Amino acid sequence: MEKITVTLNGKKVKAEKGMTILEIAEQQGIRLPTLCHSEVLEPTAACRMCVVEVEGARALVPACVNQAGDGMKIKTHSDKVVRARRVFLELLWSAHPNDCTVCEKSGACDLQEYSYEYGVDVSKYQDKYQYTVDGSNPYYVRDYNKCILCGKCIRACDEIQGNNVLDFANRGFDAMVSTPFKLPLEESNCVFCGNCVALCPTGALMEKERYGKGREWEFERTHTTCPYCGCGCTFDLCVKDNKIVKADSTDFKNNPVNKTALCVKGRFGLGFVHSEDRLDYPLMLKVPREERTYTLKDYKKVSWKKALDYVAERLSQIKSEHGPGALGGFSSARTTNEENYVFQKFVRAVLGTNNVDHCARLCHSSTVAGLAKAFGSGAMTNSIGELKDCDCILVTGSNTTATHPIISLEIKKAVRNNNCKLIVVEPRNIDLCAISTLALHQRPGTDVAWLNGMMNVIIAEGLQNQEFIDERCEGYEELKKTVAAYTPEKVEEITGIPADSLREAARIYATSEKSSLIYSMGITQHTSGTDNVLSTANLAMLCGQIGRPSTGVNPLRGQNNVQGACDLGALPNVYSGYQPVTNPDIQKKFEEAWGVPLDPNIGLTVTLMIEAASEGKLKGLYIMGENPMVTDPDLNHAEEALKKLDFLVVQDIFPTETAVLADVILPGVSFAEKTGTFTNTERRVQLVRQAIEPEGQRKQDYAIICEVAKRMGYKMRYSSQEAIMREIAALTPSYGGITYKRIAETGGLAWPCPDKKHPGTPYLHKDKFARGKGLFSAVDYRDPAEMTDDEYPVILTTGRILEHYHSGSMSRRSRPLDEHVPSGWVEISPKLAAELGVADGEMVNVASRRGAITTKARVTDKVINNIVFIPFHFAEAAANRLTNGALDPVARIPEYKVCAVKISKNGG
Amino acid sequence: MQERLEKVLGEYGRSPADLIPILQHVQDEFGYLPQETMDGIAAHAGVPKSKVYGVATFYTMFRFEPLGRNHVCVCRGTACHVRGADQILEHVQRHLGIEEGETTEDGEFSLETVACIGCCALAPVMTVNQEVHGRLKPKTATRTLKKYATADKEEGQ
Repeated sequence: MEKITVTLNGKKVKAEKGMTILEIAEQQGIRLPTLCHSEVLEPTAACRMCVVEVEGARALVPACVNQAGDGMKIKTHSDKVVRARRVFLELLWSAHPNDCTVCEKSGACDLQEYSYEYGVDVSKYQDKYQYTVDGSNPYYVRDYNKCILCGKCIRACDEIQGNNVLDFANRGFDAMVSTPFKLPLEESNCVFCGNCVALCPTGALMEKERYGKGREWEFERTHTTCPYCGCGCTFDLCVKDNKIVKADSTDFKNNPVNKTALCVKGRFGLGFVHSEDRLDYPLMLKVPREERTYTLKDYKKVSWKKALDYVAERLSQIKSEHGPGALGGFSSARTTNEENYVFQKFVRAVLGTNNVDHCARLCHSSTVAGLAKAFGSGAMTNSIGELKDCDCILVTGSNTTATHPIISLEIKKAVRNNNCKLIVVEPRNIDLCAISTLALHQRPGTDVAWLNGMMNVIIAEGLQNQEFIDERCEGYEELKKTVAAYTPEKVEEITGIPADSLREAARIYATSEKSSLIYSMGITQHTSGTDNVLSTANLAMLCGQIGRPSTGVNPLRGQNNVQGACDLGALPNVYSGYQPVTNPDIQKKFEEAWGVPLDPNIGLTVTLMIEAASEGKLKGLYIMGENPMVTDPDLNHAEEALKKLDFLVVQDIFPTETAVLADVILPGVSFAEKTGTFTNTERRVQLVRQAIEPEGQRKQDYAIICEVAKRMGYKMRYSSQEAIMREIAALTPSYGGITYKRIAETGGLAWPCPDKKHPGTPYLHKDKFARGKGLFSAVDYRDPAEMTDDEYPVILTTGRILEHYHSGSMSRRSRPLDEHVPSGWVEISPKLAAELGVADGEMVNVASRRGAITTKARVTDKVINNIVFIPFHFAEAAANRLTNGALDPVARIPEYKVCAVKISKNGG
Repeated sequence: MQERLEKVLGEYGRSPADLIPILQHVQDEFGYLPQETMDGIAAHAGVPKSKVYGVATFYTMFRFEPLGRNHVCVCRGTACHVRGADQILEHVQRHLGIEEGETTEDGEFSLETVACIGCCALAPVMTVNQEVHGRLKPKTATRTLKKYATADKEEGQ
């Protein structure tokens, strides 16, 4: 890098060529005032506050957009400069309401701060805006009387979110930030990410929930990790009087995944922590089992001692009467790595069984099974930050903008800034289709067919990466034989994807320098889930699109810590770090560490435990932080099974639909009340830091488990979650080098991180696959378990929406999210709606062979032909009353994404 | 409407630089910029809808409402200003019952203000349908407008 020398306020300083004057000043510790500038946005020099005097220049120069030249003489605070800044501030003050005494932004307002610094109290100019304050949306207030027209919100919406909801309208004094035709935000394409709110330098945009809850300087700030999806965004929790006032992402340098960006849930959806519904003390059933109403009325408040004694007694009793195999545990992808480790240790060492699993069974067990077979490691191969440099991104089975909003921003960035070709293969017309090069709509459940079809084209046209195949893979000949039958024309018959579009997609993916494949539940939640995953791996290996930056096979993990729950062994076949329970050496290692004999047999999965319960083989179940009564497929069946258990204990933060089936309910703590680590979808282990003290009698989740263990005769004591991490690192090679101190220093480490010097691994399989050679698996297309027929002629697919999360136990208890989207619906294509005579907004009955629900029809071209979509968050109209419990033969994942239903008018 | 829009759009390139000529042509075609054309224009020029709205509201020549049958422009240029353009405007507004930039409910009159129409010697001035009316006083201004209303009605009959 070429060096230059400039004179800054009389002092000679060295800098790199290309740096702006602002950057050089900052490097020298000189802070220049800025109102429109942010390092996360492109500079525009709108506010002129950063002007400096440059010797020889005609006028004052804005420092944010001007690169320094060699020998430049710069004065940052000369009289002339200070005078100019004062005039700018006076002009801004002239229109700004003088209401700092009551303004929520006070203390964090740039205009206020600079006015203080430059001694501006009143303005010579007087002309006030007369805008009506807009509080019409549930999330934030827009008070354009306080707007200084810096344009940061407009650029945030453009450059970060890519939605362009806002721009300047009108001109002169009437200029203002506006949506087209001044429509309310709810009628625009605003997704309420609130990135504009985070960047607003004044009080023009403010979070609604924070009003009246305290001033900026009163907040204690704790940097922590978001409890919603697997993106792993970080932010500061601002707390006053043990209450969360807001999530603040402005300290972007500490947020490696998301910078200042957050989504609507992370920014506005944390109210659940203070919900009145939170469980505050242990509860025990007070009525005889046959008189239960399955509501909280059945329970009485008891002491921790009584509750824990009872839990230990009942579990011990079942163990001695029916053997360890009659017990099982559901761990939780919401809780920390440490808690998952302790939970699986409890099930294995204390209950004495490998019957431990968690909801990853229902989302990515096919990924873990499939990618482990193909590559030797079942996780996202590359990191989120690499996406922006991709030349081609193939997204399939992932409505990324809704389910992984921050990852979708990286996809949008790649398309916008890197000319990346986006191929979307989705049964629905999802938002990403709008910016895609190609949008292909397959019939649900036909993924192996189109993936084989793409490989057929690639091999037929000689586009495969033969060198990569020969050197790094095995099983190619078999694959070649199998995919030969999947000509684009045949694939069109099966999938409905036009043959030529498939050819084009294949060519783009194969010939782009760096192609990344992203998938999610649309690939995994099928009876062919493992085959689907294997096919994605086949495609990536065939083209050599793996083992390099910005390539790879990237399953997006759903929950905040579903990656970690898998990593830490909350699975029936492996200990932490995917060490098989069937390997005698591994078993010995853990027996020595834990001091008890361990079961060498693979345990039951979540889905099989439900089956075992329904058959009466499983008698006792410990559920920590899961809500299968909304999230399991074929709910009627799951409900029956859970009710049949002799003993159910649920540890949760809310009285969920599952908790009210329990004999004992134990109150744990939310993410804000605990310290620990979450591992996000890109395998990055990040810190969760306690921001508030638990209220009521809530206990740390790991401590509850340890107490039960102790009462069952096994000593399990940890001084903190950090102590648990030390044990994890000692027993888990891939987490070997992970310590809290290192995470804090680096902003998160991606495993494998085998030792304390290892920097972590952003992308996997660099020179060789984790299993040695990459394994091609020739797989054939199979029909989904349930096909449409005359009685059930419509295909139902299910999924998530942006504003809610999973069973809704958190998001639906956060006021703004619940107010915005209070109830569910079924999306019906205009064509199908016309055939059924159903109007938009009308209530309809949706029925499958397993159950029926009533919900509102939403007629939209987001769905196509006879495919309908229901978001599964809403217990009162639970999509999973309808879904099919049929399982993938390998991973035991249920087929959530395809079942046959019929729709009729409600009452008609 | 979409067909007429497509035809107009077909004559222009697909870059942001084409936005203003497109807006002008669309306004010529429809007499104003119908809200329904915004999506099509935005997509064609490859700019966000918010930008189209921003540009269209920046320039006074663009309007989102159809013009009234009579188009009144009150001049607020320097010469007219010192000769009492403010009072003229106020009277015209009161007489028509609308603010500048609006159209009367019956669609008879639209009112705009302009910076200067180059008839400073006649200040204060307003134009109605391109015809210049000078040396106005509040009363003569309203009388002029009445004439147009009547004239139109008579013509219509």
